[in-house]
Amino acid sequence: MTDRSTQTAQSKHLKKRYRAEKRFKFFGLAAICSAAGILLVLIGGLTQMSIPAFTHHYVKLDIAIPETTIQAEQVTDPVAMRKVNWRGMVRKALRNEFPEVTDRSGKRAIGNLLSGGAGDAVRDKVLNDPTIIGSTVEVALPLSDDVDLLLKGLIDRSLLEENRVVSDRELTFIDHLEATGRIDRRIAWFLFTSGDSREAEMAGLRSAAVGTLLTMLVTLLFSFPLGVMAAIYLEEIAPKNRLTDLIEVNINNLAAVPSIVFGLLGLAVFINFFHLPRSAPLVGGMVLALMTLPTIIIATRAALAAVPPSIREAALGVGASPIQVIFHHVLPLAMPGILTGTIIGLAQAAGETAPLLMIGMMAFIVDTPMWINDKATVLPAQIYMWANNPERAFQAKTAAGIICLMVFLLLMNALAIYLRKKYEKRW
Amino acid sequence: MKRDGDMTLSTPKIKSSGIIVEYDGKRALHGIDLDIYPNEVTALIGPSGCGKSTFLRCINRMNDVIDNCKVSGRLMIDDTDVYDPEIDVVELRARVGMVFQKPNPFPKSIYDNVAYGPRIHGLTENKDDMDRIVKKSLKRAGLWDEVRERLDDKALGLSGGQQQRLCIARAIAVNPEILLMDEPCSALDPIATSIIEELINELRERFTIVIVTHSMQQAARVSQKTGYFHLGNIIEYGETNDIFTRPKNEQTEAYISGRIG
Amino acid sequence: MELIGLMFLALIFLMPLGANIYGRTRIRKLMITSAQTQSEESVKQHSLTAFHGLFMSMCVLLPALVIILCWLAFAPMVISSLLVSEISRLTGETDPRLLSIFVSKLEALYEGVLKAEFVEPEVRQALGYYSALIARANIFLYVVAIFTAIAGFVISARQISPRFAARDKVEVIIKRLMQLASGVAILTTIGIILSLAFEASRFFDVVPISEFLFGTHWSPQIAIREGQAGGSGAFGAIPLFAGTLMITFIAMLLAVPIGLMSAVYLSEYASKRLRNIAKPAIELLAGIPTVVYGFFAALFVAPFLRNNGSVIGLELSSESALAAGLVMGIMIIPFISSLSDDVINSVPQNLRDGASALGATQAETITQVILPAALPGIVSAILLAISRAIGETMIVVMAAGVAANLTANPFESVTTVTVQIVMLLVGDQEFDSAKTLAAFALGLVLFFVTLMLNVLALYIVRKYKEQYD
Repeated sequence: MTDRSTQTAQSKHLKKRYRAEKRFKFFGLAAICSAAGILLVLIGGLTQMSIPAFTHHYVKLDIAIPETTIQAEQVTDPVAMRKVNWRGMVRKALRNEFPEVTDRSGKRAIGNLLSGGAGDAVRDKVLNDPTIIGSTVEVALPLSDDVDLLLKGLIDRSLLEENRVVSDRELTFIDHLEATGRIDRRIAWFLFTSGDSREAEMAGLRSAAVGTLLTMLVTLLFSFPLGVMAAIYLEEIAPKNRLTDLIEVNINNLAAVPSIVFGLLGLAVFINFFHLPRSAPLVGGMVLALMTLPTIIIATRAALAAVPPSIREAALGVGASPIQVIFHHVLPLAMPGILTGTIIGLAQAAGETAPLLMIGMMAFIVDTPMWINDKATVLPAQIYMWANNPERAFQAKTAAGIICLMVFLLLMNALAIYLRKKYEKRW
Repeated sequence: MKRDGDMTLSTPKIKSSGIIVEYDGKRALHGIDLDIYPNEVTALIGPSGCGKSTFLRCINRMNDVIDNCKVSGRLMIDDTDVYDPEIDVVELRARVGMVFQKPNPFPKSIYDNVAYGPRIHGLTENKDDMDRIVKKSLKRAGLWDEVRERLDDKALGLSGGQQQRLCIARAIAVNPEILLMDEPCSALDPIATSIIEELINELRERFTIVIVTHSMQQAARVSQKTGYFHLGNIIEYGETNDIFTRPKNEQTEAYISGRIG
Repeated sequence: MELIGLMFLALIFLMPLGANIYGRTRIRKLMITSAQTQSEESVKQHSLTAFHGLFMSMCVLLPALVIILCWLAFAPMVISSLLVSEISRLTGETDPRLLSIFVSKLEALYEGVLKAEFVEPEVRQALGYYSALIARANIFLYVVAIFTAIAGFVISARQISPRFAARDKVEVIIKRLMQLASGVAILTTIGIILSLAFEASRFFDVVPISEFLFGTHWSPQIAIREGQAGGSGAFGAIPLFAGTLMITFIAMLLAVPIGLMSAVYLSEYASKRLRNIAKPAIELLAGIPTVVYGFFAALFVAPFLRNNGSVIGLELSSESALAAGLVMGIMIIPFISSLSDDVINSVPQNLRDGASALGATQAETITQVILPAALPGIVSAILLAISRAIGETMIVVMAAGVAANLTANPFESVTTVTVQIVMLLVGDQEFDSAKTLAAFALGLVLFFVTLMLNVLALYIVRKYKEQYD
């Protein structure tokens, strides 16, 4: 009797334990699923949001380019080209589509359908082929961002006119153009080929992307040699004493210092003390290099430590000096690991924004920077600036910028993982 | 320690007197006196941890690499004091080659493995000479016939025994006077071992060989002289035949007959 | 001018090359002559020919490089101080603030960014002086650097001889360079501490440190002109610290359970396949730039919370601490999960086997054996995560508020230390105002707190490692 009751009590107890086990396992799975879910929402949401920004609506118009505007041989002269009223030319062409509109406000409304940069499309065409001067050509002109949003269905037509950025009259114009088949949707190449702009339909990532590349170049040039040399010294040469211990602790700590503190360092030391130029990839790259240095040192040391000591002994045994052992044998074998660490460090740096804000790398940059002391901005800072822009069209643009940045970083990381997999050596 | 009379006839190649090695202040060798004679194979035997490898590594100063390792005493190779602070370790190691317990070829081609030493020591700057050195060394190591067709293959593709012979070829390519071998066969199968043992026998004509081994049979097979180490001391040293047939020391006898291991 | 600069650069890199060739040729010649003269006993060459060449090129290049680097670092400083005195002579102005404005105008004028008509005539006068100064500075650099290189050449060429230990010398130089490189890490830390402490001490000259640390009112809007309304700012940082702590706390509340549980699941339950997918995925996710999270917080999470909050009758600010904290938590999840995964994996297998052999279920093994054993590592992972959350900038800049509210309500808007640093420093203001200096004081606090957390975390990890090594 007592036996059986203990038995049932035990099996009850066991059941309870199994339930606990199941519950625990469920929590684990739920944690993973919720993490994955959140991240899917994040990436999915951003991707979805970015899609409109990759296309833009254009209106195809026949544009007469009278010979009075410019001579063919003047095309290469930027001053003469700037004098031409391209903007007026395209507006006039669009107004010609609506001969019935004669009042000034109507004419202005028609002009507002076009992007502020619509004239540039004609200018570029003339620049490409000066022989078209004096004839009439069909040019695809970008529409303004509001019209574009409307056509993409992102502005609600059914709203009352006063709540809508596009007026009723403009709606009729747009409908007319659409009905005559003059409007089409194209891939927005300007997103990649032009610099920043106050107008959403003209703003592109080009100057920021070049700024990122220049900054990364500086970062690489500073952090890679310094990091690798420091790591070799600490791992292979330095005697184990208090000083090297201190350096080691110090490096581990630097790896966890908030990035914004590096920005403050850059501001105080590079800009205010050494008077290096503000907003320049040179300073930005140096700040990021200091930030990346610990990552590279730690990765390099791990890679060096993974080279088996028997290789070192073998080289020493035939009479190689310690430095020869390092440069002939250990370093080449550790190189894949070092490169992987470097790429991961650079990818981190390329996504960094806060320290660059400190040194003014979020200036409004239209022109593509040419060299490391030109004023420049970087992709994450460009994204931050677009995100702060209240204009509606910039939202999709920001998301598109984010997608581009993430693809770039993903490629870098994928390269690192590929390198690691390919050259992974088991001893 | 007692020596046989005939040993004093030729002058020793390596003369160790009072070599003491300390790791972190702990003594691993308590003053080793040992004379090693040219063109002979000298085997160092003893239980593990007895200091035979440590002593071997004193001869080409491989202990320098280890932090907190202190060597004192006097070790002469011919007229050179190995622990003279003026001496260039690199030149010393060109004179004293070494072969390690585990085959450790560089992860490069067979050719580059052998050519590495001559290259860094500047033995030759032209390709033909280098080819000749590589061929000669591989021949002496008894590997030439097996690899002549694939000198550019990765050395790591060779079998363990071949790898070890490659390491020997690599060591003799710089034309050393002395060859140190630290249990060169411990990672090899019996057939590869017997090939290497034969090789050692041939190499004796050109080099002075010091071999550390844990196998008494091997010591008996390849060496002319044998030293028995125990707890950081050299207990007995003499003609191999004498050591194995009539050891003078009780400990030696105990080890050889298998009572200490 | 540009051309001369390029020629100079080319020369600086060609000279070492020339020196290298010279060194090699010279040692070969010396060897041949020594072989002829001392036929009975030829001298052995100590180092490979290549090392003699390398030694000479190092002696030529390195000193010149040092000169160039020093010039790059210090010339702008010297030039701008010379300019200040020149302009002050021309204009009779002594106010350093005005003078620095003049200098930047002059620089803009020189670069062609600013048109001449916007610049005071006195400043325009200084233009000639400025360009002459730059030209002279450049010439000075070229002459000194090339002279140094030549001196390096002559001195090193004398040393070349068969017994000269070129290899040892080259290796010593390489070792010194490596030592210098590892010194950079220390220099960075010293630079951070010194620059933060120096600027912060200037701030504490204006605002007492006790007011900064314990004051409860923060409104740094100092008048730009004297006599402007709302002139005196208040620099009590308590609301900032409170806001930072609240957001960090919310982030941890989300990240620790999810991160830890997923690490446990991945290392103890998941199949190898899931692990092989999930681990790299987590690594990639840890690499998402924070600006992306910030945008996500501001555009998705905050409106979502606000809308759903109003449905159930909660009044949420559009910049609520909750939104910023939750998104920061999302950012921290992969961080905690990968760190704890490493820790859990380093718990020896025999502990697991021991518990299972006693008949413990897997959950019991984990909660009663593995997690307690891994606790120090997990604690240090959490400390590192907290340090990271405190120092995180972009998410809070984009999603948290600017106004310094002292509140315990997570639905209201709060601001953080990092947000204020960015707000104080972004935009153009002069460097010496209390406002900008306040940013450095905040930076100092931030650095100090995160440093303490990191040191503590690393210390715990070290102790922990010793236990199992």
